[in-house]
Amino acid sequence: MSEVKLMKGNEAVAEAAILAGVDAYFGYPITPQSEVIEYLMVERPEDRTGMVVLQAESEIAAINMVYGAAGTGKRVMTSSSSPGVSLKQEGISYIAGSELPCVIVNVVRGGPGLGTIQPSQADYFQSTKGGGHGDYRLLVLAPASVQEMADFVDLAFDLAFKYRNPVMILSDGVIGQMMEKITLPAQKPRLSNEEIIERYGDWATTGKPSTRERNIITSLELDPYRQETHNHKLQAKYKKMEENEVRFEAINCEDADYVIVAYGSSARISQKTMQLARAKGHKVGLFRLISLFPFPKNELNKLADTVKGFLAVEMSAGQMIEDVRLAVNGKKPAEHYGRFGGVVHSPEEVLIALEQKIIGG
Amino acid sequence: MTEEMIIAGFGGQGVLSMGKILAYSGIMQDQEVSWMPSYGPEMRGGTANVTVIVSDERISSPILTHYDTAILLNQQSMDKFEKSVKPGGVLLYDPNGILHHPTRTDIKIYTIEGAKLASQMGNPNIFNMIVFGAFLKIKPIVKLENVIRGLKKSLPERHHKLIPLNEDAISMGMNNVVEK
Repeated sequence: MSEVKLMKGNEAVAEAAILAGVDAYFGYPITPQSEVIEYLMVERPEDRTGMVVLQAESEIAAINMVYGAAGTGKRVMTSSSSPGVSLKQEGISYIAGSELPCVIVNVVRGGPGLGTIQPSQADYFQSTKGGGHGDYRLLVLAPASVQEMADFVDLAFDLAFKYRNPVMILSDGVIGQMMEKITLPAQKPRLSNEEIIERYGDWATTGKPSTRERNIITSLELDPYRQETHNHKLQAKYKKMEENEVRFEAINCEDADYVIVAYGSSARISQKTMQLARAKGHKVGLFRLISLFPFPKNELNKLADTVKGFLAVEMSAGQMIEDVRLAVNGKKPAEHYGRFGGVVHSPEEVLIALEQKIIGG
Repeated sequence: MTEEMIIAGFGGQGVLSMGKILAYSGIMQDQEVSWMPSYGPEMRGGTANVTVIVSDERISSPILTHYDTAILLNQQSMDKFEKSVKPGGVLLYDPNGILHHPTRTDIKIYTIEGAKLASQMGNPNIFNMIVFGAFLKIKPIVKLENVIRGLKKSLPERHHKLIPLNEDAISMGMNNVVEK
């Protein structure tokens, strides 16, 4: 299946899920991500791979179906957009507490509340710093193209099982709705029940044989000391993610005087800003975040030694900028720019902000 | 070569499909493409628009504010996007239903009587392909053979019998575009 296709980001996620050998998808429609479940319903993956697709009665039901199915060691996915992902937060916290692998796709729209159906990046805090209750982290990947919408599905599942942790693909209305050229990967077979027992039998509820103790999946521990121990274990896992799973793309940063930090659609827009700025003689680079948690703080801190300033560009009132400032740690100025509430900034607007806030300042 | 364009009009005119066919044609000749629709409460009778970029190079921003070409198919779109055409760029429109015609003198302005020609051909559904033909006459950025290949690829098999009709519509547009 190396054929080049024209697909929407949302369709790419759906097709990539089938190709990644996903066992089940549970979702509920919401703009701007409804094409995910629409595509899956039309494509009938149960005929192709046996993958289950189910429209739940609500987002809360969908995430709890994910919770249950993930407990059996299956590859399970859900997707939604901001208000729907807010509804899923209780389930996500339980899944993180129970240390189960799953993939959650958020095609972000403007908030707060029901907000707007237009693109936004204002769910950064929710995705990277909790969202649900308790000390937990999601691994968060931010695709910036339709190709990455597809590529990150399999990657997300690999990471989810590597760490037994929920992984979020944090997209937005631009990447979800736009169509681009895409090359799809080959079909991965779904794991058989025997393969699941062999790989995940030490934790998954696959049916208790006489040869081992029963596997219990729970996020409840009434003894606070044991719960603290469990939290220590989780924290050690998140630290390992920070050591091993940082992903980013540095474009023209080697000789840069000024660097734009951005992810997702803002990174695409800022790449054009970088071209416009370079045409005007400003040495501008783009530091594109691919993993939002773990955040590439060491790399940004190092970059602060050679550049004069950073502009954090995101479609929010200023969320990622907090992590940029923590990383840069006062070495160099780091300012924020972004339209929000569903308004998408243009490359020219970002250039004006760059000139006023960083280059001129 | 990079062509940055906007196609805007009423929902139901085939604005998004025209953009999709252009994007598919670009893929057929190994170019990079992006297609970014407006996706608000657009439906039949509402406004709809799509930004299409066809380029020999990797495309950065799919979001633009200025365009090499604007294809504007209703008054609201004319009011909104006439000013967004780059100096020296192209504005193509169907005068049907346009009360306030474009006034800029630093761009090239073309008209195509798409609605009238479609009704003469007895099929209002091919309106968008007539307009698309007019665009290809002004800017032959994709080869006609690649448009046909793109159509074959994007249309389900049961609709392939409509491809000759679409070819006729494209020729009709090519032969009837007028420079103002």
